Amino acid sequence: MLAARQGRRTLVCEMDAKGALASAFDVRALQFEPTEIDERLDAIAMNTEDALREYLRLFVRVPLIGRIGPLASTFDFVADAAPGVKEILGVGKLCYEVRERHYDVVIVDADATGHVVSQIGAPRVIRDLVQVGLVRDQTQWMLDILEDPQRTGVVVTTTPEEMPVVETTELLRELTGRTGVHPCLVVANRVLPVLFTKRQAAVAARLDEVDDLLVEAAGPGVSTVLTGARITEARRRTGARHLAKLRRAVAELPQDELPIVTVPELLTRASGPRVVHAVADSLADELTGAER
Amino acid sequence: MTGIDSVLASREMVLVAGSGGVGKTTVAAAMGIAAAARQRRKVLVLTVDPARRLATALGLDDFGSEPVEVDRRLLPGRARGELWAAMLDTKAGWDELIRRHAPDDATRDAVLANPLYQNITSRFVHSHEYLAMEKLHELHAAGEFDLVIVDTPPSRHALSILDAPARMREFFGSRLLRWLTVPYRSRLFTFASRPFYQVADRVLGSRFLQDIADFFILFQAMEAGFVQRARDVEQLLGDPRTAFVVVTTLETAPSHEARYLVRELHRRDMTVGAVVANRVVPAALATDEAAVAAEHLLAAVAGDPSAADEHTALVDAVGARLDAAPATVATTLAHIAERFDDIALVAGRETQRRQELADLAPTIALPWLDDDVHDLDGLAVLAERLRRPID
Repeated sequence: MLAARQGRRTLVCEMDAKGALASAFDVRALQFEPTEIDERLDAIAMNTEDALREYLRLFVRVPLIGRIGPLASTFDFVADAAPGVKEILGVGKLCYEVRERHYDVVIVDADATGHVVSQIGAPRVIRDLVQVGLVRDQTQWMLDILEDPQRTGVVVTTTPEEMPVVETTELLRELTGRTGVHPCLVVANRVLPVLFTKRQAAVAARLDEVDDLLVEAAGPGVSTVLTGARITEARRRTGARHLAKLRRAVAELPQDELPIVTVPELLTRASGPRVVHAVADSLADELTGAER
Repeated sequence: MTGIDSVLASREMVLVAGSGGVGKTTVAAAMGIAAAARQRRKVLVLTVDPARRLATALGLDDFGSEPVEVDRRLLPGRARGELWAAMLDTKAGWDELIRRHAPDDATRDAVLANPLYQNITSRFVHSHEYLAMEKLHELHAAGEFDLVIVDTPPSRHALSILDAPARMREFFGSRLLRWLTVPYRSRLFTFASRPFYQVADRVLGSRFLQDIADFFILFQAMEAGFVQRARDVEQLLGDPRTAFVVVTTLETAPSHEARYLVRELHRRDMTVGAVVANRVVPAALATDEAAVAAEHLLAAVAGDPSAADEHTALVDAVGARLDAAPATVATTLAHIAERFDDIALVAGRETQRRQELADLAPTIALPWLDDDVHDLDGLAVLAERLRRPID
């Protein structure tokens, strides 16, 4: 959405068909064919079978449009079992959109942390495993796109919690180690804003001592209000500690200058277009800051 | 009604399921402590613990796939039972399976040495989930422990743990496997498979197909063993001695997943021992009494707007008592009152989610703790809280 606002033709693609992207934009289920979300903004959902059809049509020129029907389900099995086939069809489709310049920027909602390395790394795996054949011939141009830091970058997104930070750290190391694809940005989402200055925090920590005054002024529910503040502050502090850990881990990476930007926690709604807009706003602010 | 203890006491196997990042590993460990401390049983917690935090929390340097005992003196109270911990290792698990099911040494070595082996086993038919179940079966069959608690691997879909054994069986019976292997055995292309091979050949290259086929021919030799075992594992999941504990937070996405999982478990006649709602904020935050107090507090801090540069009686009194600048007191209290809405909103949503879960299964809420649980004391606190009555 931010890219589209900035005047670039943008394609967003969801890889795992869970429908989260559609609900984020509040549109009907996304298809392999682009759905127009906004001016200059299209969205698709990846589908191995459709990707195979398109691939066959474009590259193999097998006249199988009618006959491929019953084969599709079988192909699904093969794609499940044969390493990298499913991934390369998906990645291939995206690289194709980049190569053909149908869009200025292609944004991919990739697989979850545990799977993304095999997804992004599929062309390399195929190149190494498959000695001959069309698939192998097809991998080189994909690698040219994927491994060029000017054209492809991985945005690693996390939340300031223990597991996500550990996984993100591992992912960054693996990306650098096992694929030739470059991480370009780390986004820490759902970061709670700082509530108190140091002096205020000192006062807040001792409010129990004046419980009687507060109850007198605001009623018996005031202790619950204080509990709320204590929990909010503790959540923020825990998050801040994990965020600090993330910063240290990123600083230790061999790659220099990997910026980290934060997006604040939006408590009012979990998803939907308003949230997308709000996140786009804060990303815009943060990214201008990061460039400076 | 009692808390988690009755669930633990009546079972031999407890599977801890739920979406990633909800604290499954921590809850599994806390249940292990609860059972070992309060019941005279030998308990094993089998975990994935990718952060290696549990090892530290349990006072162990590190542990592998072999069970290690947790120092009994570190358990809360006077522990009556024993607590052991072991790690789930997928790669080692697969190698073990191959060794067990291979009909002969030649097949075993050929599979283990096959370049596709590692690549394939780490990805197909939900192998992490299957391995967890397989290990559970092995441990149960060995009968060394009275209770095995399995912290299931994080998966994109909570159900995959239930489907893993069936998928493993189906894989061996699938047309895919037959189609991949038959032509290369008999060198006879059936009419039906011809178009498939034309496509597969052009796309993948026949050499690659041959590699895959070679691997699966080897694999097929182990079919009988694998299928039988998968069936046993499947049965174990539905066994009355097995119960599931579904862990979730009360955020929208994980609790939605948890409800779905509980319904599926019911549909399959599997036992849901309890739902554990983790990191729950106090429900009192969502009450009107608290909301009114927040409003009053704000009013008592702001005072009369016409007397702009004077602090209110409350601010002055608090400042005097705490020996703090009135201006700081005023902004602190105002912040607290203004930001109360946010946490009240969270509490309100959580109350709804909790009710939805309690309608489906016995639900236990664990409070949000001020810090991550990272030692035995923290786990002991959770173990104690798990004891409280179920909703």
